[in-house]
Amino acid sequence: MNTVCIMCPIGCALSVTEESGKIVVTGNSCLRGQKYGESEFVCPKRVVTTLIKGEKGGVVSVKTAEPVEKKLVKEVLKEAAAFRLSSSVRAGEIVLENVAGSGVALVATADYDAK
Amino acid sequence: MKNFDVVVIGGGPAGLAAALSARKKGASVAVLERDDKLGGILNQCIHSGFGLHYFGEELTGPEYAKRFRDAVLQDSGISVFLETMVLSLSKDKIICALSPAEGLLEIQAKAVVLAMGCRERSAGAIALAGERPAGIYTAGAAQRLCNIDGCLVGKEVVILGSGDIGLIMARRMTSEGAKVKLVMEIMPFSSGLKRNIVQCLNDFDIPLRYSTTVTRAEGKDRLTGVYIAPVDEKLAPILEKEEFIPCDTLLLSVGLIPENDLVSDMIELSPITKGAVVDERRETSLEGVFSAGNVLHVHDLVDNVSEEAAIAGESAALYALGKLPRGEKYAVTPSRGVRYALPQRIQAGEGKVRVYFRVDQVYRGKTVAVASGGEIVKRKKTAVMAPGEMQYIEIDKTALTGDVSIYLEEV
Repeated sequence: MNTVCIMCPIGCALSVTEESGKIVVTGNSCLRGQKYGESEFVCPKRVVTTLIKGEKGGVVSVKTAEPVEKKLVKEVLKEAAAFRLSSSVRAGEIVLENVAGSGVALVATADYDAK
Repeated sequence: MKNFDVVVIGGGPAGLAAALSARKKGASVAVLERDDKLGGILNQCIHSGFGLHYFGEELTGPEYAKRFRDAVLQDSGISVFLETMVLSLSKDKIICALSPAEGLLEIQAKAVVLAMGCRERSAGAIALAGERPAGIYTAGAAQRLCNIDGCLVGKEVVILGSGDIGLIMARRMTSEGAKVKLVMEIMPFSSGLKRNIVQCLNDFDIPLRYSTTVTRAEGKDRLTGVYIAPVDEKLAPILEKEEFIPCDTLLLSVGLIPENDLVSDMIELSPITKGAVVDERRETSLEGVFSAGNVLHVHDLVDNVSEEAAIAGESAALYALGKLPRGEKYAVTPSRGVRYALPQRIQAGEGKVRVYFRVDQVYRGKTVAVASGGEIVKRKKTAVMAPGEMQYIEIDKTALTGDVSIYLEEV
């Protein structure tokens, strides 16, 4: 499998292969790239960032606290779009637990004052 | 009239980093910001990918901004003026500004840091042909409307330009339920980061066509579609191959221009970067006036902006306190494959200097060379360099014996 590492802005061209049961990553220039290559091969994951709407207007930016499986990204976005925030939150606080059954929480990345 | 050692114009990432580093040197600091909140464009960049170099962790834009904003607001030696529009800056560093809270404001600065950022090129700037209906936005304007105001600007979207904001907005609009039909780039390569093509376009199956542009926009009240065509080597559209793509929204991500209107008649500007000509302290041609961030040259990474602004802020404080060293300056000139290099001047002395540069096209396996006084003082092998990715080479000042040139070998 050939891919481009997204761990940092350098964008190393990675080649990932399986050799006698072992995953071999080449083209990376750091350990993060090695891990990304392995993860892309086994189960690609992404940090999802989006907006949550307030019940009475306004929006707050959120992110998944950890990368979630890539195949769940659409579900995460759908659930986030349907959710309405009823109280104020501060950056870093959990807005929605276990989003789309991913086991990962959505966390506010900015402050939001409910009107 | 108010008095400060250092006045920073602009409260985005560059302005905040400059203010903090000026404080560290003991200067009194004022930050003047046009918006009602510090943080600049980072506040609308809700995606992650910031801070890996500077903080060693991956943050979203609002999180990155908050770290600097909190530090600035907690520092009693920094006065913050929000909703403050600077009208003029004079050669003797008197700043005239307007704000709802203060009315007409006059400030005498000992040193000034320019941190006004940049503006997006618009439909007018690229002479977009055709009608002028609703539905044509710069990518950054659409981003603000979406991420700050919660308004999605359209449902069927075509994006012209593969700059990072365009790529990021392709994903953002898709995430919000819009259909992004196509991203076009007039050049045969992207001006955005590779990882954004992977995670913003490929992850969402959004097609990217190189060497293609919009030939005209159509629609009376609202955009109904755009005509597009491939371009030849001279970037002229091949009209026989023109096709129509129905859409209600066209986003433009066609370049950024440093916003130097305030000082364009006062300091020397580079015709290539459209920002000030500076030395390694980021001092402009006007003594005591420094420049950093996207107003100096357009960056790819905010981490680099923070680093650069810290240099400018520290230097401004030293100037205000009468401690900035002075010496002979060597000119830095780019040639052979290097489109621009910054700083454009380096003061003789000791210590290391990072010279940032961009190449003029994609190069593979080239060696970057720096020469001074006719002798090569530094060489660096590179794998791949693209115009969309800023490079740097570090040189030791003690090795410099005369004017400096930076170029690619065998180009």
